[in-house]
Amino acid sequence: MAAYDTMSKPDTRKQGAAGGWLAGAIRRNGAGYLFLAPWLIGFFCLTLGPALASLYLSFTNFDLLSAPEFIGAQNYVRMVTADPRFIASIRVTLVYVALSVPLKLAFALAVAMVLNRGMRGLPFYRAIFYLPSLLGTSVAIAVLWRQLFAADGLVNSLLAQIGIEGPSWISNPNYSLYTLVVLSVWQFGSPMIIFLAGLRQIPTDMYEAASLDGASPTRQFLRITLPLLSPVIFFNFVIQTIEAFKAFTPAFVISGGSGGPINSTLFYTLYLYQEAFSYFRMGYASALAWVLVVIIAIFTAFSFLTTKYWVHYDD
Amino acid sequence: MATTIELNKVEKRYGAHDVIRGIDLQIKPGAFTVFVGPSGCGKSTLLRMIAGLETISGGDLVIDGTRVNDVAASKRGIAMVFQSYALYPHMSVYKNLAFGLETAGYKRDEIDRRVRAAAETLQISDYLPRKPKALSGGQRQRVAIGRSIVRDPKIFLFDEPLSNLDAELRVQMRVEITKLHERLGNTMIYVTHDQVEAMTMADQIVVLRAGQVMQAGSPLELYNSPANQFVAGFIGSPKMNFVPVRIGDATGISLNGQRLDATRPLAGAIGDPLTLGIRPEHISINEGAGQSLGEAHVELVEHLGGSTVLHARPAFGSETLTVVLPGQQPCRNGDKVPLWIDPARCHFFTPDGQALRG
Repeated sequence: MAAYDTMSKPDTRKQGAAGGWLAGAIRRNGAGYLFLAPWLIGFFCLTLGPALASLYLSFTNFDLLSAPEFIGAQNYVRMVTADPRFIASIRVTLVYVALSVPLKLAFALAVAMVLNRGMRGLPFYRAIFYLPSLLGTSVAIAVLWRQLFAADGLVNSLLAQIGIEGPSWISNPNYSLYTLVVLSVWQFGSPMIIFLAGLRQIPTDMYEAASLDGASPTRQFLRITLPLLSPVIFFNFVIQTIEAFKAFTPAFVISGGSGGPINSTLFYTLYLYQEAFSYFRMGYASALAWVLVVIIAIFTAFSFLTTKYWVHYDD
Repeated sequence: MATTIELNKVEKRYGAHDVIRGIDLQIKPGAFTVFVGPSGCGKSTLLRMIAGLETISGGDLVIDGTRVNDVAASKRGIAMVFQSYALYPHMSVYKNLAFGLETAGYKRDEIDRRVRAAAETLQISDYLPRKPKALSGGQRQRVAIGRSIVRDPKIFLFDEPLSNLDAELRVQMRVEITKLHERLGNTMIYVTHDQVEAMTMADQIVVLRAGQVMQAGSPLELYNSPANQFVAGFIGSPKMNFVPVRIGDATGISLNGQRLDATRPLAGAIGDPLTLGIRPEHISINEGAGQSLGEAHVELVEHLGGSTVLHARPAFGSETLTVVLPGQQPCRNGDKVPLWIDPARCHFFTPDGQALRG
């Protein structure tokens, strides 16, 4: 209450110079700034500061041991003209994003619709389905995944029971990326919970009105559920796509940090990590990071531009 | 050709909980029937059972001679207007009206003709391109009604359609729905908890309580001859006054020692308890053809302009009586006024709440 009182009190005193104004502002709103301080310190020291530093470093040659050497835009030029691994990582990441996001969202929506039918034990199932999302990005789950999909892993043991000799899902470049896509889809809990909340916001009498009109379940889904859920779909789509662009841990653990076999799991962030911490090319890694920022920003902006065509807000 | 609806011993159970208990009801072709009752009496559930949105646990629902218990909602020839309007917020008014017709596979020309005709009827033609969020409550209600009209259904169901509107708009829409019924002539069932809506709109009122029909009949039948104390108290505003009395003799009752003629036979022994029911508008402060109830102490006067409402405590008992007097009366709080009633307007109820009929 003290903070509120202090902040809301109108100041009728005249302020002199800029210093006086600052002192006055601190005096008036000191308690408020004090409460904000942990976040402000964290934001400036741990987020904005390093981000700006990396922007500068992206224009330098910097190996951590010697002082950064300013080289202009050479890092960016090299990226697009003389770095096949950069192109490979972009390709792998785009394939991963293009496959994992729609599949995960479709799976999450399907499960949410089943759970939304008012079944018994809903909280239990909701928790069970959400569990992979809690554990999914952990190293432990990636290790477990590696064991499941290894040549002599559980998946192939089960396939052997029905007479199928499965490949090594993670060491065969034809399958390794798709194994990571499956791992991503398995972590559908987070969008599922959001879809479930969105589905519950759709009034049941709209479905009842539609059913009186003779609309089939499919038509109700296409004409009512999807449009009314579109803000939630959009939110999940943007968040999951950004997450997919930033995916790192599964590829790192499953490929042992190499992005192999044959660059098949060389996620963009994994390549960035290699450049930074394996080859100590911090300047180049910083440039890679900023390119990723730009890619995500362009994608997000483009997504927002499309909303007027397919996202229906109620107000 | 308007449609007949029959309910024969219709029941609804949720587990061990009986919501609708063996309702028998006949709704005549083209009648405007109102289900009325307090919250939780089962009126909306009964409406939804007729619509096909709730399953029927027992009994038969018969529409035009055909048992439809297991017929899908969309095949019953029914349109329903929901309390919340249930308009699709992402569609324009035109699309909202056209949705059912598109679903039924009508051709584009026919859809357009029907949508524009319904819009014309409900005076919403100017709003066809708008989304529901750009409409007022009353306009949304019209769209909801329009959506039911375009399909040309046999039966219209209304589930408390006016409860989200302000008082002025409710009166206006009430009149419009009544006119619509007169114009279309379809069988309509209307659910409300507002007995004024029921009285003003219905051909037949069905009063429900705890899943049972308390009485069904015309508004004036329910007003003049309530079958029981519940209906007597529910129909009429302000509600009927109830006063505990005892049978004095074969033709009169005793009001705390004061005798009052009864114009109907009183079943029971002398001294048996009864409840006297008298409507506020049937009590007068002027001597007329009636009988005196003695004086009453006026506790509160409400001057409504067109009428005056007194809350007065009579000398014969501790119950406060509500009295509605025509026009503007020069009464003030604390006045003593004489009370007069016409014995022919009195109702008597047995201790189990049933009315004594003449």
